[in-house]
Amino acid sequence: MSDITLGEICVVAVADTFRGDGEIFASGMGTIPMLGARLARATFEPDLLVSDGEAFFVSNNLAVGSTDKQVEGWVPFRSVFDTLWGGRRHVVMGASQIDAYGNQNIANIGPWEQPKSQLLGVRGAPGNTINHTTSYFIGNQTSRVFVDKVDTVSGIGYDRAAQLGEWVRTHHEIRRVVTNLGVFDFNTPDHRMRLASVHPGVNVSDIVDACSFELVIADDVPTTRTPTDDELAMLREVLDPKSFRDRELPA
Amino acid sequence: MADKRMTEDEAIATLSDGMTIGIGGWGSRRKPMSLVRALLRSPLTDLTIVSYGGPDVGLLCAAGKVKRLVYGFVSLDSIALEPHFRLARQNGTIPEVVEYDEGMLQWGLYAAALRLPFLPTRAGLGSDVVKNSPFLRTVTSPYADGEELLAVPALNLDAAFVHLNRSDERGNAQFLGPDLYFDDLFLNAAAPGRRFMSVEKVVPTSELLENGTFHTMKINRSMVDGVIEAPNGAHFTNCQPDYERDEAFQKEYANAAKDPESWSAFVDTYLSGSEADYQKAVAAR
Repeated sequence: MSDITLGEICVVAVADTFRGDGEIFASGMGTIPMLGARLARATFEPDLLVSDGEAFFVSNNLAVGSTDKQVEGWVPFRSVFDTLWGGRRHVVMGASQIDAYGNQNIANIGPWEQPKSQLLGVRGAPGNTINHTTSYFIGNQTSRVFVDKVDTVSGIGYDRAAQLGEWVRTHHEIRRVVTNLGVFDFNTPDHRMRLASVHPGVNVSDIVDACSFELVIADDVPTTRTPTDDELAMLREVLDPKSFRDRELPA
Repeated sequence: MADKRMTEDEAIATLSDGMTIGIGGWGSRRKPMSLVRALLRSPLTDLTIVSYGGPDVGLLCAAGKVKRLVYGFVSLDSIALEPHFRLARQNGTIPEVVEYDEGMLQWGLYAAALRLPFLPTRAGLGSDVVKNSPFLRTVTSPYADGEELLAVPALNLDAAFVHLNRSDERGNAQFLGPDLYFDDLFLNAAAPGRRFMSVEKVVPTSELLENGTFHTMKINRSMVDGVIEAPNGAHFTNCQPDYERDEAFQKEYANAAKDPESWSAFVDTYLSGSEADYQKAVAAR
């Protein structure tokens, strides 16, 4: 199949973050993360639990925006909190800002005391990042999003986790950051962010321009993989027939 | 056997300036809005509000009622950012702000409900939550691990407001939607005497199990002091399965934040009279 879109590349890159996770709650905040979780479960990671975005685990391949769900479990917020504090979850959240060690901000822009722009508040980010694996999806990577220092640390990064106890150092994992330009991980000796792959058609220099801190970049950066035919069919025909996947990305 | 039915205004009359009020629901979902509107009509001020915030927080901030705000987030769900709360934060009009992780908020309510001074957690450690709320303390595990944990202080409430689907006149209640949220914790964290529950409909006790299974009956009468029958009382937030969120009205509410004139027009149209006037104005759109 041809005409693969950026949204499809991103969904597959998010899905790949769940590879090997087994029987845990794959939780995605926003359309592309949610599709990534559902695609991973529908293809290579069948034991994952995915939700309808409200209060139920669904066992069928539920399309975005559809209510035609086969319920396999009830997860009101209380159970979500229990699950995440118990570590049986991998969440893909958004980030208004992120730094080289994976500290994330969704709370506000400008000084916390009186922000220039108040956003959501820290929501569950502190508890998520200290309790279980977290990844991020960012649809508009710019140098104002990939910053030297985030304004309010909501989700904690590797440098912050390193200052906490042994338990936290053992369980804290920021697995990957997927953006509209590439995929990043922290597989470096000091857990500084590394460029893992560039999306097809994107140059490494585009990514450097859209980043305020120094990325770890290998001599030979691979290209992000494209979806398989089976993945594309699942995505286009079953999980997202109305093409919500491209709506939260720049054209 | 006590019939605990009362009006919103009777509930609000038991409160005083400076009290700490916990508000149930989540974001723009099943919020006790008729009680919030009664609070807006009252002269009460300098309040501490504890909430998984939605338009309850936005309205109370816009009205200048809030001295201290304790929240894990404030959102209208389908409109991600609450514009009135944003304005209040950006203009610096909330004197004290306590921004918690969502789980920390639960833990603070649960500690109060269990009459404990605090509950330990890892959530919040390492984040700017601890920097921005310097009153927070850690506690060291007394066991072999010796781990340092965050001690979330009890969120003891002077009053609680929640909105449920059905109850009897004594306060045995049920939620019929997908999620209780943390409404039971809000009630249990509050001082006896000021635990107020609005409901869509008051029914005889014998009818409760006709509406849903026993699993829906998470609120019993020992948790409730006042029952307010408030049909459409959660408007414009949702109250599933009785009704969905009024998205058009929520948009109108959000757009009214764009300038003071729009806001005063919104207040004139919807918030200047009684709850009956509000419901009439909503129906007349």
